Amino acid sequence: MKLPTTSRADSVEKAMPDTSGDSSEPEHQSRREVLNVRDLSVRTDSGLQLLDNVSFTLGEGERVGLIGESGSGKSLTALSIMALLPDGVQAGGSVQLRRPGRGDDVAKEMVGGRERELSQVRGKDVAMVFQEPMTALNPTMRVGKQVSESMLIHGTRPDRRSAYAAAVALLDAVGIPNPAEAARAYPHHFSGGQRQRIVLALALANDPALLVCDEPTTALDVTVQARVVNLILRGVQERNSALLFVTHDLALVASICERVIVMYGGRIVETGPVRDVFTRPQHRYTQGLVGASDVRKTDERGRLTTIPGTVPPAGRFPDGCVFRNRCSHATASCSQTPEWTPTGDGKGHACFHPVGEGHPTAERGA
Amino acid sequence: MLLWNLARRTGIFVATLLASSIVVFGLMAVLPGDPARVALGLNATDSDVAHLREQFGLDQSLPERYLDWLRGLITLHPGTSYVTQTAIGPEIATRIPVTLILVGASMLVAIAVAIPLGTVMALRHRRASGLALSALSQVGVAVPTFLAGILLVTLFAVRLGWLPSSGWTSPQDDFEMFARQLVLPALALGLCQGAIIARYVRSSILDVLRQDYIRTARAKGRQPAQALIHHGLRNAAVPVVTALALQLVYLLLGAVVIERVFVIPGIGSLLTDSVGLRDLNVVQDVVMLLVAAVLVINLVVDILYVIIDPRLRAAS
Repeated sequence: MKLPTTSRADSVEKAMPDTSGDSSEPEHQSRREVLNVRDLSVRTDSGLQLLDNVSFTLGEGERVGLIGESGSGKSLTALSIMALLPDGVQAGGSVQLRRPGRGDDVAKEMVGGRERELSQVRGKDVAMVFQEPMTALNPTMRVGKQVSESMLIHGTRPDRRSAYAAAVALLDAVGIPNPAEAARAYPHHFSGGQRQRIVLALALANDPALLVCDEPTTALDVTVQARVVNLILRGVQERNSALLFVTHDLALVASICERVIVMYGGRIVETGPVRDVFTRPQHRYTQGLVGASDVRKTDERGRLTTIPGTVPPAGRFPDGCVFRNRCSHATASCSQTPEWTPTGDGKGHACFHPVGEGHPTAERGA
Repeated sequence: MLLWNLARRTGIFVATLLASSIVVFGLMAVLPGDPARVALGLNATDSDVAHLREQFGLDQSLPERYLDWLRGLITLHPGTSYVTQTAIGPEIATRIPVTLILVGASMLVAIAVAIPLGTVMALRHRRASGLALSALSQVGVAVPTFLAGILLVTLFAVRLGWLPSSGWTSPQDDFEMFARQLVLPALALGLCQGAIIARYVRSSILDVLRQDYIRTARAKGRQPAQALIHHGLRNAAVPVVTALALQLVYLLLGAVVIERVFVIPGIGSLLTDSVGLRDLNVVQDVVMLLVAAVLVINLVVDILYVIIDPRLRAAS
């Protein structure tokens, strides 16, 4: 599959995966479950609600995109799964991880767990690639040691020497030139794209059942983004790992993910197979996102389409429907929280005035 | 690259040393009063004074005197005392080990206090216990060294009678007495410095704990304390080494005072005695020695940075 090299692709549709080959959309419900997030909420110590009622699941080897504007709660969701929330915020609800077919297949609860047990899950069952490659690595430790470390912590290699050899092989697999020499170098010897590949190497070291990527390419030059994305894709496919890909780049989601979860205001507003959500969005927010990602579409003054207004600061979203203060279709009924409406085939949305109803084609914009 | 870096720093060190020697010599030279007249007292005749001036070399021009002194310093023959008429070199040589032992012992006390205290203050910075320790360390920062010395003597020597209140014994003569006499001055100097360094350790570790690579380490499966030990301490060390070096300088200067409080025959008491006696030759030599020590400490710190932080090896 071909990857777009610009963050704002000509059109989302163009970057769609061709689903003829390994079309796996209908069977995702039968896959064994790797991640089950149920009614996840995150609030600050001062009482601001940052995430509310976030529920979704990921199947074995499934690739799911998590999209939304900055401040929608994507990263908090990712960090909640790792149980690595910053000081001052607390998670509620449930996040359960399991690694089907990889030994000890028991559900591990990540919310409210004890640090000792959580640390046995992190880096082994679930691993994470962070947004900022320039600061994610320890500047005073050789990268080979940093990659081999996660194998030694979890005892997935018998000794230091074999873990180091595995680290060199991983560096080679993510395309670091002269891997044996590179393993002895420090992070400052590498470019941002190379560092992100090193972070990917250490995340994949223990063949995690789930890889969480929090905007892994946002800080990179567009020219190296595609390379990193390809490596992530190859890494999870080789290991049959599930992928949760957090981004605000819709074209990227369209090219690598099977399913997409749209977040806004700390809630999931829509979910479904990528093709369905991006070609026939139901929620007005998704419709806005898809419209804004199309650079061919302009208004009568020749300006690009945007979603009116700005994302409110964390925890200051309107009650009821969180999008109603920016939504042109909002009515009085939107002051109530919209129910989750499943529409079959793993699809669903939470909107009182979904796009499809009544006039399905007229709403999609010219 | 590394060698060039070291050569450059050493060059700067030598230049600074020369510049400071001019400043020290200049300060002593502009002090009013004639050392020869001071040495001979009020009843001396002018010819006696002139004779002594010649003997001291005071009749020469300032540049000549400076070069003489500098030549003496380099060849380790730093002149003769105006007051006792004895060579200064051997006098200083017998006192250097005393001060080094005192400063070294105090530094060990300071480090032994600062690193655990600072780490605990950082790890518990949101809890009452951490705040209490921070407040306690603030008291340590505020108390001057000589007052700490007097308080310690009052408690442990006078009230409890556990330790001698003053004096110095060579470790070769009587090691137990040496150790007992060292405890209070080393504590007086070390505790105050330890409180200051602990605050550096605390802020340095707090800063490191917020870094992304600590989160990466935890994402690999490190528990928080392990992540700090394996990834944090080395990174936290750079600012702490700076603080240690700065405080080593203050320890050296603190030793000047504490040697007087505890009647210890080190460099510090030599300096204070010589100032009292207006023995400017000795003052000049001791001040120069202290300046050189401070500069050497700074040079060592610069080199340590390069060893600790690999990024600085590339930067010139």
